[in-house]
Amino acid sequence: MGNEEAVFYSRVLTELTLSFHILYATIGVGVPLMIMIAQWVGIRKNDEHYILLARRWARGFVITVAVGVVTGTAIGLQLSLLWPNFMELAGNVIALPLFMETFAFFFEAIFLGIYLYTWDRFENQKKHLLLLVPVAIGASFSAVFITMVNAFMNAPQGFDIVDGELVNINPIIAMFNPAMPTKVAHVVITAYMTAAFVLAAIAAFRLLKGSDHIYHKKALFLTMKVGLIFAIGTAMIGDFSGKYLAEYQPEKLAAAEWHFETQENAPLLLLGIMDDGEVKYAIKVPFGLSLLAHNNPTAEVIGLDQFPEDEVPPLYIHYLFNIMVLIGMWMVFLAAWFWIGIKRGWKSVTTRWFRWLIVLGGPLSFIAIESGWWLAEVGRQPWILRHIMRVEDAATTSGHVDLMLILFALLYLVLGIGSIVVLRRMFRNNPVERELEDRHTEKGGDVH
Amino acid sequence: MNLEILGISVLWTFLFGYIVVGAIDFGAGFFNAYSLMTGKQRILTKVIQRYLSPVWEVTNVFLVFFFVGIIGFFPKTAFYYGTTLLVPVSFGVILLAIRGSYYAFETYGARGHKGYSFMYGLAGLLIPASLSIVLTISEGGFIEMVNGNPVLDYWELFTSPLTWSIVVLSIAATLYISAVFLTWYANKAGDREATKLLRKYALIWSLPTIVTAGGIIFELRKHNPDHYANIQTFWPMFLISFILFVGTVYLLLKKQQYGWAFALLVGQFAFAFFGYGASHYPYLLYPYLTIYDSFTNPAMAISLVVAFILGLCLLIPSLFLLLRLFLFNKDYVRGKEDHHA
Ligand code: HDD
Ligand code: HEM
Ligand code: HEM
Repeated sequence: MGNEEAVFYSRVLTELTLSFHILYATIGVGVPLMIMIAQWVGIRKNDEHYILLARRWARGFVITVAVGVVTGTAIGLQLSLLWPNFMELAGNVIALPLFMETFAFFFEAIFLGIYLYTWDRFENQKKHLLLLVPVAIGASFSAVFITMVNAFMNAPQGFDIVDGELVNINPIIAMFNPAMPTKVAHVVITAYMTAAFVLAAIAAFRLLKGSDHIYHKKALFLTMKVGLIFAIGTAMIGDFSGKYLAEYQPEKLAAAEWHFETQENAPLLLLGIMDDGEVKYAIKVPFGLSLLAHNNPTAEVIGLDQFPEDEVPPLYIHYLFNIMVLIGMWMVFLAAWFWIGIKRGWKSVTTRWFRWLIVLGGPLSFIAIESGWWLAEVGRQPWILRHIMRVEDAATTSGHVDLMLILFALLYLVLGIGSIVVLRRMFRNNPVERELEDRHTEKGGDVH
Repeated sequence: MNLEILGISVLWTFLFGYIVVGAIDFGAGFFNAYSLMTGKQRILTKVIQRYLSPVWEVTNVFLVFFFVGIIGFFPKTAFYYGTTLLVPVSFGVILLAIRGSYYAFETYGARGHKGYSFMYGLAGLLIPASLSIVLTISEGGFIEMVNGNPVLDYWELFTSPLTWSIVVLSIAATLYISAVFLTWYANKAGDREATKLLRKYALIWSLPTIVTAGGIIFELRKHNPDHYANIQTFWPMFLISFILFVGTVYLLLKKQQYGWAFALLVGQFAFAFFGYGASHYPYLLYPYLTIYDSFTNPAMAISLVVAFILGLCLLIPSLFLLLRLFLFNKDYVRGKEDHHA
């Protein structure tokens, strides 16, 4: 296998592992927070339903964590196995947040073990809730630290290269690079948003499948309300991410927006297709891009004409960008509709088709996460470290990447199917109605 | 002590931690599967599950810590080991993935599912085997430089007796460590039957462990004479290790002080592991890579050390809490409490 092939397969394997890991990692970041909210509400209102909600989410969470952990271990090792030259350089400059991430994992893992095995062990419920705080912090900080590494790949700083040698290395400056604030904030808040909408989708699905229990209605209202807040936050921080790009990575924004010529009063293009280098059927929002990039309808936005041809990222990221933004807008709209509808007693929000829309929101949020990452990563091409190292110079020279690709694809298939089967079985064999009843008989027949 | 030695000592310590907790974990999974097959699960499963359930994720982090740390302190290892280890480490990762996830599937989702238990039991046994290949490769002689890139010679690797003795040692040691620990744990739980069975397993696996360990030193004489000579200079450590081994077996035979038996076992492995590590110094990979020419820059090294110290301040109390709640809590160990979500 020539090096070109090794590069190609390394890319595909990285894409595959990360795209798979991110599904579970997003749940891993977002769900502890949701469990915390539900348990807190339950303790405050002294409402058993919310506490049971937290407990059942926690049970499902263990399964997704397990897959998150093992796929995370895979990507962690694959970074060195597939991109040894990149990791050698990165290890010198950006190893600090990677290393700190392991402490975040450690912290999370320890308290997750404790939290799961101490239900009802404490007189005071709040003590048990307190154990979840380090889990949520650990999970969110894993995302923060790894995203710092990724931000560094987009906006490397904190070192100089003199005659091919790294000098003046400053790990702190490398961590706090210009891409970091928006990237970290957007990644974390989208994880919260996605977790909320995925749990909302499950509640809506139960309601559709015939259970009319108040438990599911409470769950639905709580998750949609929280989801609304995070969806609004997502859109706002997404807007900041756009402004970051305009300032520091204009080629990524220009490619995502099909913005070919540097101009003032730049319009925003939505959808459309590319036909022989010409954009057709796109919806043009006048001044949109200038507004998005600089908060000023007449500002100049740098176009692709400013970049050498071999440094222009693939133009298909336009679609990824559109998909992400449309889903973001749609979820804000849907959640707001639901929330106002419940407050005002609108009939529409309890209809079957509306609930189906909520169910759809779960997978849609995942699609937004995937397209967001693909936009961010493909939009960095051809660089692995922007303006410093190209992807083809970073890859392994090993000849067996194709075989490994097949093996890992099979592994993810097994893990994906396994986790779905186990989760379904877990909740089907123990429906909430039965569990609520069991708990009451437990309480009624108190023998202590 | 310079930063290079500090760095490698920290990493080596974590690797040791992984080997001990990992071995307990993997061995337990195997005994669990084995007992399911032979109809003895009634005896063993409860003890094993009580210990494993709250801690399995922690085990994995030890490994992550090691491989992230080594890239941080010694970035050049990414180039040499990253390029050459693609196949063996990928196999290890796939096994780890199957083992970790199916363990969780069985424990939290489908208790007593034979297929799942069997899968993670077997995978757990193969993990030490596949990861131990890295130690073999570090002895040198299996990697060649071709056009400036390191290439692994698989034929040489898989026909070398050294490889296979290390594989056998890793499996035997896994089962031995695990059985001794679980004997102690079962005894604490007051479970006579399980104690008896596990003690038997511990004794069975003690002999292969010590024989292969000795054999490996012997084989190194041919394979890597420099390293063999170095090992000679550390002979007191290996002697102490052997004495501790005898102590463990003695206590097991006498059926007393299982806690001490386990403590001596940890000592035995610690002396052997650190003796081996010290004699490997300064090489990370014979003969290409030493800890000095692969070390990171001082700025990164210092910030990693600072992060490490701050991290430990967070971790040690947390780990202590975990152990207190589950390992040293009589009611929990005896199964009088069940507070699983
Ligand atoms: C639920 C998922 C989700 C939703 C609804 C949105 N995003 Fe997003 N977006 C992400 C999930 C995401 C992400 C997965 O978190 C990314 C990928 C990498 C990153 O930094 O965040 C991302 C990246 C990303 C980037 C590229 C950043 C970079 O490469 O540095 C921009 C410009 C935006 N987003 C902008 C938006 C806007 C204007 C949205 C309007 C609603 C939006 N996103 C909704
Ligand atoms: C978890 C969410 C992520 C997803 C879904 C994702 C997705 C991708 C995709 C699709 C590519 C291939 C781009 C191409 O070949 O055209 C890629 C490349 C890469 N990503 Fe990411 N990425 C994620 C996060 C990260 C993070 C956090 C890091 C670093 C710590 C990272 C490191 C890399 C590397 C090293 C490559 C290979 C070089 C390249 O093709 O640019 N990724 N990723
Ligand atoms: C190149 C990119 C990445 C690498 C190298 C990586 C590495 C890892 C590793 C090694 C683990 C297992 C830790 C353990 O043993 O407990 C893990 C799990 C996890 N990762 Fe990733 N990760 C990457 C991308 C991401 C991203 C982008 C996010 C967040 C948005 C994320 C969030 C998590 C979380 C929360 C976990 C804990 C498991 C869970 O709760 O599901 N990771 N990751």
